[in-house]
Amino acid sequence: MSDIYPAKLYQIDNLRLSLADMTQKPLIGAAPRLEILKGLSFDIPKGEILGIVGGSGSGKSTLGRALVRLLEPSSGTIKFDGQDITHLPETVLRPLRRRFQMIFQDPMSSLNPRHRVGQIIAAPLKLHGISNPKQCALEALDHVGLPRKFAARYPHELSGGQRQRIGIARAIALKPEFILADEIVSGLDVSSQAQVLNLLETLVKDLGLTLAFISHDLSVIRRLCTRILVLHQGQIVENAATAELFANPQAAYTRELLDSIPLPDPNQIWT
Amino acid sequence: MQFFQSVLLRLSTTFVTLLGVAVIVFFVIRVVPGNPIAMMLPPGATESDVTRLTALYGLDKSIPEQFLIWISGVIQGDFGTSITTKQPVLQLVLNRLPATLELSVMALIIAIILGGLMALTGTRLRGTKTEAAIDVTNGMALSVPDFLWGLILILTFGVLLPIFHISGRVTPSLQLPFTTNFYLTEAVLRLRFDLWLDIAAHMFMPALALAIPLAAIIGQLLKQSLKETMHLDYVTLARTKGYSETHVILHEALPNAILPTLTLVGVQFTFLIGGTVIIERLFSYEGLGNMAIDAVINRDLPLIQGIVILFAVIFTGFNLLVDLTYAALNPRLRHA
Repeated sequence: MSDIYPAKLYQIDNLRLSLADMTQKPLIGAAPRLEILKGLSFDIPKGEILGIVGGSGSGKSTLGRALVRLLEPSSGTIKFDGQDITHLPETVLRPLRRRFQMIFQDPMSSLNPRHRVGQIIAAPLKLHGISNPKQCALEALDHVGLPRKFAARYPHELSGGQRQRIGIARAIALKPEFILADEIVSGLDVSSQAQVLNLLETLVKDLGLTLAFISHDLSVIRRLCTRILVLHQGQIVENAATAELFANPQAAYTRELLDSIPLPDPNQIWT
Repeated sequence: MQFFQSVLLRLSTTFVTLLGVAVIVFFVIRVVPGNPIAMMLPPGATESDVTRLTALYGLDKSIPEQFLIWISGVIQGDFGTSITTKQPVLQLVLNRLPATLELSVMALIIAIILGGLMALTGTRLRGTKTEAAIDVTNGMALSVPDFLWGLILILTFGVLLPIFHISGRVTPSLQLPFTTNFYLTEAVLRLRFDLWLDIAAHMFMPALALAIPLAAIIGQLLKQSLKETMHLDYVTLARTKGYSETHVILHEALPNAILPTLTLVGVQFTFLIGGTVIIERLFSYEGLGNMAIDAVINRDLPLIQGIVILFAVIFTGFNLLVDLTYAALNPRLRHA
């Protein structure tokens, strides 16, 4: 059975994650645990662009952070390229981190305002012992379609779309196998969104990346992803290929989400 | 050009402030009870002795008249003569100033090191028992005033475990080859580390007493700013790149979190100089503050005026410097 499917980069089995609920913490004693992820199981094959959708509070960002091990799951397993990374301690994890990268929602707060763009991209390369980090940083700028002179600029000198490209350049410069993109276009205007999405698509093809794309916006997901995971209250309600999901949504929650996509109304009158 | 204008404006307001201070101190110390002439004369002096001496010091003239005489002297750099020591006030005050400045700067350095360490350790070990212990220590350091710390230090490291000197600025039997009164600085410049050690051992406890409350304020604010910065995406991102937690704190969070603390240090430094008055008395440290208390006890009017004016000059001068530094560092303030 597994022979006919492409190799799996991520294998997630019965993933559960709970966090301390500080709002309910009694004055003395431990805070009660709040279960965010309630037993998720799915795979991410190599080369796939997986869309993760869900309303706010559905656990999609938490899932993303567990995938790149910013959070440690309470139970279940996460296997990355066959290796169990579920409970690896930080020191063991550190050399692995190069292989799964993350791009954030807010391109401003994800770039250190005191560092130049070139430094932002090159510094992690030095950490992981990649030779000639400066050259690699410039090539990463080429990849995301920004002029090389941007390396000398500070983040505040760039537009939102440009900053998000820096975020992408920083992720791909490390030559990772997996990138997690968390709501990365929701802060951008529509034309910048389209540019960033096109860029991601090209990069995934050219660099052989696997991508998980978190969004609450199904129209963005439809445009980019090959497969979609719908999360609702910490559980997977649907996991289907994009075309299939849009043609024939199985879960009630998925239909609800699809209905909420605004469609251009030909009868609309501008007032 | 605009920058230059704002500097001029700021300078002129500084002069108005200083004039205000001069007026207030001059009149207040003449209104409160206590007569310097009575302090100088032996018991049994006659009425005519009092009158003669009062006239000699010009204290028989009306208070506004005395003020005009004094202030015109001040403008020419003559702060009058001390009633008790018969020496020029300016010379007395300037002789003592280096001792107080060295003490304050040492206290400031200790406060920055202690506060910085508390904030960084607390951030590194956040969520652990150690962080809670640091917070409690911080609160204690903050709620005990500096002079009480002075007493505690004297009792523990002066009496119970006599490690440090509890009084004076330097062991009196030592031969000092110094030409200025910046003993600690000059000892380094002359490479006399034996003397430096002796002076530092005298200064350490008063400086520490001054530093502890300030360290607590610095530690608290810096930790708070670090906490806010640690939540920002670029800090999380540095972690996903595989940087160690210590590297993340020192290289990503700290440079962005330190600005509010620097602002605070600028303001608190002037308070620290004010704190030297009591601390110097406690440790019999020969600085300006100790001299101020002696001057008040002896009702040495010209000396009190001189010391207060000098403190005011230090305060306003330092605030001016802080403001100008901000203006130079922050383009938004510069063009405001």
